Amino acid sequence: MSGSSAGAMGGIGLATAGEVRPVRPVAAQPVIAVRRLGKSYGTARAPVVALEDIDFAVAEGEFVAILGPSGCGKSTLLKILAGLLPATSGEASLRGTPIAGPRRDIGVVFQSPVLFPWRSVLHNVLLPADVQRLDRAEHERIALALLSLVGLGGFEHRYPWELSGGMQQRVAIVRALVHDPALLLMDEPFGALAAMTREQMNLELQRIWLERRKTVVFITHSIPEAVFLADRVLVMTPRPGRIAETVAVGLPRPRSLDAMNTPEFGELVRRIRAHFSAQGGVDL
Amino acid sequence: MSFGNPVLRILLLLAFLAAWEAAVRLFAVPVFILPAPSGIAVALYRGVVSMVYVDNLWITLLETALGFALGIALAFALGTLVALSRRTEYYLYPFIVMFQSLPKVALAPLIVVWFGLGLTSKVVNAALIAFFPLMVNTIVGLRSADEDRVNLMRSLDASERQIFWMLRLPGALPFIMAGLEVAMIFALIGAIVAEFVGATAGLGMLIQTLNFSADVAGVFSILLILSVLGLLLNQIILLMRRRVLFWDPSVKTSATEDVGKGARL
Repeated sequence: MSGSSAGAMGGIGLATAGEVRPVRPVAAQPVIAVRRLGKSYGTARAPVVALEDIDFAVAEGEFVAILGPSGCGKSTLLKILAGLLPATSGEASLRGTPIAGPRRDIGVVFQSPVLFPWRSVLHNVLLPADVQRLDRAEHERIALALLSLVGLGGFEHRYPWELSGGMQQRVAIVRALVHDPALLLMDEPFGALAAMTREQMNLELQRIWLERRKTVVFITHSIPEAVFLADRVLVMTPRPGRIAETVAVGLPRPRSLDAMNTPEFGELVRRIRAHFSAQGGVDL
Repeated sequence: MSFGNPVLRILLLLAFLAAWEAAVRLFAVPVFILPAPSGIAVALYRGVVSMVYVDNLWITLLETALGFALGIALAFALGTLVALSRRTEYYLYPFIVMFQSLPKVALAPLIVVWFGLGLTSKVVNAALIAFFPLMVNTIVGLRSADEDRVNLMRSLDASERQIFWMLRLPGALPFIMAGLEVAMIFALIGAIVAEFVGATAGLGMLIQTLNFSADVAGVFSILLILSVLGLLLNQIILLMRRRVLFWDPSVKTSATEDVGKGARL
């Protein structure tokens, strides 16, 4: 991976060999840059193409939703961004360095909360700090502040099984933020929650995001959820997974649940839904 | 707990003993076939007062404890090795299958020949029998780590060592504790069986001796001691389990559940 990027830089021909110093304007550098990314499974003779020619960039502080029906490869894409799966072609880089494996500057929230039942809420949140051997006292302070930010102040010594599903997922979000990652990856984090809880969590996530301004890549199969949360929606179509359209969402923030009833919101939903008219698997 | 009346439960037990006593006296059953509860109580009293039971109980307890410790240490080490390395499993698999299908008590005569009539052969036999349930549970437990949790650890850039200590091992504890529960009782069985085969001391040896002299009341009194001993050893493990697995659904349910589980083993 690093070899190919060095090659690309050499191709620019700015300096003599050994003196290659790429000039990158800091502000313009995206947090994530994905170029011609592809992933196929199976044998060379009968490959199953999960992702093909994925190209996108995510700017600092941007909230991007990746939307698509089940089986379109969006979870595969997230696993590649998280460094859990290698890509078969192309490249994904985070702040200019190729993603070749798990990285400490990424926080991931999975579909289920994935909490450890033998750890209290606070110690679940501190897991990244424990794994990465970060300063314990400092991160305990950060953890407590984040827990009260998501409305879980006073629950730090409880255990996961004492919390509702929505509360558990909030703990998972706090855990993904505690080590202050450059990027927050969320893989259908509210998919398992009841509809009412899900709307509450969307509001909550927007509030956290407005306060923290993290760069977020949010995967979902719900069109309204994507439009409600994101600055931009990348619409994916399956077999092979490709980005069919990128839809910019210009709705003002903070967005209330009532924003879902505005004509602008309806128009965006309609436009995205057109991609899936022939297929199922997307929440309308 | 609200299934019935505790007083009635004790009365039923007393009624059973009374009926036993009455039947033995009424039909004049010979003592070398079935002694009355009163006869067993007398035998128990004599044995305890003369310190014979106490000395032999101590020996059996020591054999069981040492065998248990040795067996679980080996089981945990080998189980971990097999669980973490597919290569180790590949090469050890034939041995494991061969030994697992073998009734381990059948090895007791050989072990007594190899290790003598003293303490060592009892400890080895107890360890051998206690070994398998824990090894199997350790393997299953360490491999049961949820895929999502492993992915979470990997996404945090955790090393394999960290994944083992922070995820696989705590996650395996419900299996390991269940394995320890079985191993504890199996160690006692292993010690007693080895004493049957050949020993100079211990409750198993005592049962053999009393049986030869047709002292059936004495045999019954030792069975009573062994049953109480087994119960106590099991309680130690259960107490430990409750402390270690406070977070596990099996512990969070009521105590009656444990009795049911013990019965099934």
